[in-house]
Amino acid sequence: MMESRLSRAWQSDFLWSFRRSPTAVVSFFVVLVLVLGAVFAPLVAPHNPFDPSSLNLMNGFSKPMQPNAFTGEAFWLGTDDQGRDVFSTILYGMRISLFVGFCAVLFAMVLGVTLGLIAGYSGGMVGTVIMRIADVQLTFPAILVAMLIFGIAKGFTPVHLRDQMAVWVLIFAIGLSDWVQFARVVRGATLVERKKDYVQAASLNGRKAVGIMLRHILPNVVGPVLVIATISLALAIIAEATLSFLGVGAPPTQPSLGTLIRIGQGFLFSGEWWILFFPATTLLVLALSVNLLGDWLRDVLNPRLR
Amino acid sequence: MLAFVIRRVFQSFVVLLVVGLVAFSMFRFVGDPIENMLGQERTGADIERLRGQLGLDQPFPVQYFKFLTGAAQGNFGVSYRQGRPVADIIAERLPATLELASVSAILAIVFGLGLGVFTAIRRDGWAANTIMTLSLVGVSLPTFLIGILLIYLFAVELNMLPSFGRGEVVDLGWWRTGFLTESGLKALILPSITLGLYQMTLIMRLVRSEMLEVLRQDYIRFARARGLREKSVLFRHALKNTLVPVITVTGLQLGSIIAFAIITETVFQWPGVGLLFINAIQFVDIPVMAAYLMLISVMFVGINLIVDLLYFVIDPRLRGDSSKATA
Repeated sequence: MMESRLSRAWQSDFLWSFRRSPTAVVSFFVVLVLVLGAVFAPLVAPHNPFDPSSLNLMNGFSKPMQPNAFTGEAFWLGTDDQGRDVFSTILYGMRISLFVGFCAVLFAMVLGVTLGLIAGYSGGMVGTVIMRIADVQLTFPAILVAMLIFGIAKGFTPVHLRDQMAVWVLIFAIGLSDWVQFARVVRGATLVERKKDYVQAASLNGRKAVGIMLRHILPNVVGPVLVIATISLALAIIAEATLSFLGVGAPPTQPSLGTLIRIGQGFLFSGEWWILFFPATTLLVLALSVNLLGDWLRDVLNPRLR
Repeated sequence: MLAFVIRRVFQSFVVLLVVGLVAFSMFRFVGDPIENMLGQERTGADIERLRGQLGLDQPFPVQYFKFLTGAAQGNFGVSYRQGRPVADIIAERLPATLELASVSAILAIVFGLGLGVFTAIRRDGWAANTIMTLSLVGVSLPTFLIGILLIYLFAVELNMLPSFGRGEVVDLGWWRTGFLTESGLKALILPSITLGLYQMTLIMRLVRSEMLEVLRQDYIRFARARGLREKSVLFRHALKNTLVPVITVTGLQLGSIIAFAIITETVFQWPGVGLLFINAIQFVDIPVMAAYLMLISVMFVGINLIVDLLYFVIDPRLRGDSSKATA
C-alpha cells in the first residue's frame, strides 16, 4: 500500500517535471541544505557565536582555513574582530533570515488570500475598497512600504522592548508590504471560480459563503498562491537583508545575514574580506536558488504552458 | 479625455489625503508630542498650556485639516533629533538626492535603450548573449551588494574613486551642487551606477522584448521590401513603436529610483533625503519620517499622473473620441 503510493507520487506529473529539470533539482537541494543548516544550527555549527564563554578574543581576524597566529586554531571561513567563527555566525544568521522570510510570507499569504477571497467572492463596496487600497499600495515599492511600516511600528513598541521585538516588527513590516500580490491573484481566480457550476451548486445546497470560499474556491486557487509564495520568499529574504543592512532591521544582538553584511562592510578597507564575502555569498546563493525554484514552479503550474 | 483627466487628478488627490492621514496619525499617536517637547520638570499647567498651543485639545478632523494645510505650505514641525524645522533640513538635503537620481535615471535610460536595441538586433550574437546573461545577474543582485562590490573594486582595490560622500560642493544660494567640481563628479560615479543599474536592466529587457515583437510585424517586412535603408527601418519604424510601453515603465521607474536612493545613499553615505530618512527611522524621529512620507508620495503620485496623461500625447489611438478610434 505504502509502496504503491510512493511510486504513484514518483510517477506524478509534478515530480516527473522536477526530475527533468536540473535547475530545479540543484536549487531544491541547495535550499534544502541551507534550510537544514539553519534549522539545526546549534548542532551543525562548530561554535555558538552568542555564547561569550566560547569566544577567545585572541582568535580575532583569523584568515579562512589558516591556523591563527596566536592560538593555532583554524576556522573554515575565518573569524571576525571578536574571534567569532564566521561559518557559525552565518548559520545562526541564516536562521533569523529564513525565519523572518517564512513568517513574513506566511503573514502576507494569509492576509492577502483572505482579503482576495472576500474581494472576489462578495464584491461590492468591501471588494472595491480592498482592491483600491491594494492599487495604492502597489504604486509604492514594497521595500519602501516595509521601511515605513517598520519605522511606525518601532515607534509604537516600548523603548526597552525594541531590540527584542525587532524580529517580529520586521516580519510584520515585510508581510504587510507584500500581501497585495496574493490578494490580486486570488481575487482574479475567485471571480472566475465563482461563476462556475460547482460553486453555484454548493450555494444552492445552502452552504454558507465562508464555507464555499474555504472548502470549494480556496483549493482551486492554491497553485498560483504557491508560486507567488515561493517568489515572495526570495523577495522577503532580500528585503530583510536590505533592511538589516541599512540598520533598520535585526539588531546586532540577533544578527541576520543582512546585519552580518553590514558588520562586514566595516572591515572592507582593512583587508578582512572574508567577514563580508561569505555572508554576502550565502545571501546571494539562498535568494537565487529560491528564485529559480519559484520560476520552475511557475512554469510547471502554469496551465497555459502545458 | 477631459473626464479621464479629472478622474485621475481626483484619484491622486484622494491618495494624497490618505497618505496625509497616515502621516498625521504618526504624529498624533506614536509617542506623546508633549512628552517629546517638554523636559523632566514640567507642571500640569505647562502641559495644558502646550496642549492648547499645539491645538491638541481640538477634535481630530480639525487637527488633521490643520496638519494638511501646514504640510501644503511646507511646514512639518521640528525634528525631534536635530531640533530644527524639518522643512529646512529637507531643503538642505534634497539637491543631493535629486542630482543622484537624475544622473542615475539618465544612465539607465541611455544605456537601457541602447543595449536593448543592440541585443534585439544582434539577437544571437555572442555580445548580446553575454549582455543578457549579465543582466540576469544584475537583476538578482540586491542593490546594496552591487554598491559594496563597486566600492571594493574601484575604491579599495583600484583606489580610483571615492567610496563615500559627495565630494566638494558649490553653493548656489538655494542649491548646493556637486556637478561643478571634479571631486563632486567623481563621487557621483559609483552611487549613480549602483542606483541606475537595476532600472537599466529592466529598461533594456523591456526594449529588447518589445523590439523583437515589433520586428516581427508585417509593416517592418513591408518597409524592408520597399527598399528602405536598414537604419531607417530599425529606428524610424521599429523603435518609435516600441516606445509607448517603454515610456510608461520608465516613468514609473523614476519614482522607484527616488525610493531606492535610500539604499544607495546609505551604502555611500550620500548626504541626501534617503539617508536622512533611514536615520529618522533609527531614532524614531517622527516629524522627519512624516515629512519624507509626504514628500515621496507627492513625487510618486505626480509621476504616476504625468505618465498616465502622457499616454494621450504619445499614443494617437487614445486621442480624439473613442468611436473614431475603434472604427
